[in-house]
Amino acid sequence: MPFNLLILACLAYVAFLFAVAFLADRRAEAGTLPWLRSPMVYTLSLSVYCTAWTFYGAVGYAARSGLEFLTIYLGPTLVFVGWWVILRKLVRIAKAQRITSIADLISSRYGKSSLLGVVVTAICVTGATPYIALQLQSVALSFSVFASDTPDGWHLPDRDTTALWVAAGLALFTVLFGTRNLDANEQHHGVVMAIAVEAAVKLVALVAVGVFVVWIVADGPADIVTRIDNSPIAGWQMVPGRWAGLIFLSAAAILTLPRMFQVLVVENADERHLTTASWAFPLYLAAMSLFVVPIAVVGLDILPEGSNPDLFVLTLPLALDQGGLAMLAFLGGFSSATSMVIVAAIALATMVSNHVVMPLILAFGERKGKEPGDLRRVVLLARRLSIAGVMALGYGYYTLTGGSGALAATGLIAFVGVAQILPAMLGAMFWRGATRTGALLGLCAGYGLWLYTLYLPSFGQGGVIPVQVFVEGPWGIGWLRPEALFGIDGMDPLLHAMFWSLAMNTLLFGLGSLLTFPSPMERLQGARFVQAFDQSGPASSWARGQAEAEDLLVMAQRIMGEDVALAYFQTHARVQGKDGYLPDITPDFMNDLERRLSGSIGAAAAHAMIAQIAGGAAVSVEDLMAVANETAQMMEYSARLEAQQDELTRTARQLREANEKLTQLSVQKDAFLSQISHELRTPMTSIRAFSEIMMDDDVPPDLNARYARIIHDEAIRLTRLLDDLLDLSVLESGTVQLSLRSASLHDMLDRALHAAGSTRPERAFTIQRDPQSEQITVTSDIDRLTQVFINVISNSRKYCDAGAPVLRIAVRRKGAQIRVDFIDNGSGIAKGSQALIFEKFARLTDSAQAGGAGLGLAICREIMQNLDGDISYVPGQGGAAFRVAFPMVLVLPENRRT
Amino acid sequence: MKPPRQPLFVAPRIYRSRRLRDAARILPVLGGFLVLVPILWDPAGDGARSTARDGIYLFVLWGALILAARLLAPRLGEDPPAPGQTED
Repeated sequence: MPFNLLILACLAYVAFLFAVAFLADRRAEAGTLPWLRSPMVYTLSLSVYCTAWTFYGAVGYAARSGLEFLTIYLGPTLVFVGWWVILRKLVRIAKAQRITSIADLISSRYGKSSLLGVVVTAICVTGATPYIALQLQSVALSFSVFASDTPDGWHLPDRDTTALWVAAGLALFTVLFGTRNLDANEQHHGVVMAIAVEAAVKLVALVAVGVFVVWIVADGPADIVTRIDNSPIAGWQMVPGRWAGLIFLSAAAILTLPRMFQVLVVENADERHLTTASWAFPLYLAAMSLFVVPIAVVGLDILPEGSNPDLFVLTLPLALDQGGLAMLAFLGGFSSATSMVIVAAIALATMVSNHVVMPLILAFGERKGKEPGDLRRVVLLARRLSIAGVMALGYGYYTLTGGSGALAATGLIAFVGVAQILPAMLGAMFWRGATRTGALLGLCAGYGLWLYTLYLPSFGQGGVIPVQVFVEGPWGIGWLRPEALFGIDGMDPLLHAMFWSLAMNTLLFGLGSLLTFPSPMERLQGARFVQAFDQSGPASSWARGQAEAEDLLVMAQRIMGEDVALAYFQTHARVQGKDGYLPDITPDFMNDLERRLSGSIGAAAAHAMIAQIAGGAAVSVEDLMAVANETAQMMEYSARLEAQQDELTRTARQLREANEKLTQLSVQKDAFLSQISHELRTPMTSIRAFSEIMMDDDVPPDLNARYARIIHDEAIRLTRLLDDLLDLSVLESGTVQLSLRSASLHDMLDRALHAAGSTRPERAFTIQRDPQSEQITVTSDIDRLTQVFINVISNSRKYCDAGAPVLRIAVRRKGAQIRVDFIDNGSGIAKGSQALIFEKFARLTDSAQAGGAGLGLAICREIMQNLDGDISYVPGQGGAAFRVAFPMVLVLPENRRT
Repeated sequence: MKPPRQPLFVAPRIYRSRRLRDAARILPVLGGFLVLVPILWDPAGDGARSTARDGIYLFVLWGALILAARLLAPRLGEDPPAPGQTED
């Protein structure tokens, strides 16, 4: 097999792959993608799981350890056969949340945490680096197999240079097809097509060699079985711990390996493809594994002692002069190595740019106080640099470890590393109680333990960790030895590391989640993730904020590209019924925009960018809570309004009552005024009339005198009336000046009787008194009080209609109150009029006869009220009876004292 | 408000599809168990195991799992959830 022919074939194959990728991308842009993304393509793309380690290493593994290599493929089989449980939910969540990588999944679930994104990215990069180195080693080794055959032809450059060329070429391919643009879904159609082609080549190559071995070299399956029984690997040791442990590990790896997440979840075009992949992928794995043991057995048989079983797939056909088959096998191995590197590079670059570079840019931009310019270009540049960086790391690792046999175990070491993400991932999908703190603790513990017990020791004792530590433990602490933690010795190092790292990881994850309280964003995302199958999710997140549509458009253009962003905004505007490019900033729109952007730059970065524009870094869910607060305030406000309304109703009622009273008073006033004018007019009329008469010349002198007397009387009457009115008004207004003095009640009554005697003097009244009871000293306004007595006694003299009138005056003392009763023996006052007599101008009999205006009792009542007392009519005393009650000692308030 | 009650007796079609989904969930567990069963045959340390026999057993099991998945997958479908129910 001429070496240069091999080189040519290799280059032609690579060119073919480039063409496939290019065409597929073109078709994707043109929109005629559907047939390209059939379930078969999806299933084939999943085969990046089978790397050169499978293609070459499985045979070596089988030759050394029997059937244990099957564990690597049985785990994923179980996961896929049980897709309904985990994979389906994983894909659904990722689609709904526009997850772009496994770091994005963890970060997004636990509150869009940038820190978690960084940790997961670190774990993945650390684990993937040796894996990439392994692929480079395999390719270089396979080249060297062919090169050793040729005496002439091209000199094989040393292996390191080969590896370098391969790495560079892969970097170029990945950059070209992995970073053409920022697809909203982070889907790389060209790359996936190329991977699918490589998967087919892989399968065909291995199966071809297998078929060759079973049916051409051997005599069919029966012969193979015989050969197996006769070979050195007829019997094998199953280490139960490793058997179960590796199956679990590979099952975890199929979920958490970045490249697997990329093709399985991110590049998934249709959820229904999972249905096919659930059986088709295990079938692929079974087919790849089927011929491993036969090849190993035949190789051990035919090939010379000591040949590297890892390369049987190549060396066996070569030894049997099957050059074409050998080249096919070479291409298969080449495919398996390169597909892994390409997809891993894309996955890692996405993670690094979204979770390490973007947050740095955002933080930097914030501090600088201006928008980052043309974000899209920056992100793409970051991606490309990340790809180059990842390749460089892989190459560096390869040259450092010198391609030793230690690399063979690298795959499993990487598996344990990425398996640390499993607890956080399963918790993210199924446990609402999982919190960011728990995930952080678990991941860091797992990562650290993995580094300490497996990764660093893999450099050999003394490589990174000094020999001392291995033997005695760090600082002499025996139970912290990297390969015998807690003194548990004798465990297989891989199992030991896996057990301790995952145990501590899960324990801290669980404890941390149970003991901490998640932020509102975590709870929102938790509900969204765990209830991914429910149709209705929690309410949308962005409050209106202060975002301007134009600002959002500018930012979107920077990420999605001008045309795409404009089209997107326009669509939304049209949906809202608006013309032009700027839709209203509704919460729905902002949600959708965030989801769209997170497809390109990761959920955490998209969220942060919109937060920047929407006004402040406040999480929108807190805005939701503020809205809830507003509602509470509104309810409080409306309750207050109700109370005010009640008050208003009450006030209106009071006003109405007051109005009624005022109207009444007004009526009373009118009546009063009309009565007064009537009372005043009567004497005035007399005076005028008589004075007119007197003006006549021929009036006899005695008539004159009589008329003059009448005028005089009427004038006095008028004056008296006016005095009474004035008195009454002063009393009613409460501005009367009271002068306090002490006097004997007996004296007061004497005086009153004497003064009242001038009323109807012709009537002879018999006065009955009890002088004993009248010996009381009264402190009050004595004159006014006496005036009341005079009034009452005068009334009695005026109106008592008994034949032999008797007036009895009874004095009684009750505590501080004195009661003076004036009882006559007339006919009394009718019941209906008993309240009326105290009203102004109220006269029960003809006014002219009584000679008063009817104000007497009204004045008495006012006076008594001013003196803290009362005057009332007492019925049932056998005649008219008036009771005057007053305190013995009148205490005036400050403002009333004279 | 009380959530709407789940019907006690569902149509046979829905019942069947639910049982099929249960089968889909049980299948990996069953597969896992069967894959680990070889541990019981010849506990480690007790003489060598036959590569051929174990290999045949595992590949037959593998084929059976694939077949079961193949048969189940299209029938799982997506019944629209009844009102008030979540996907089970």
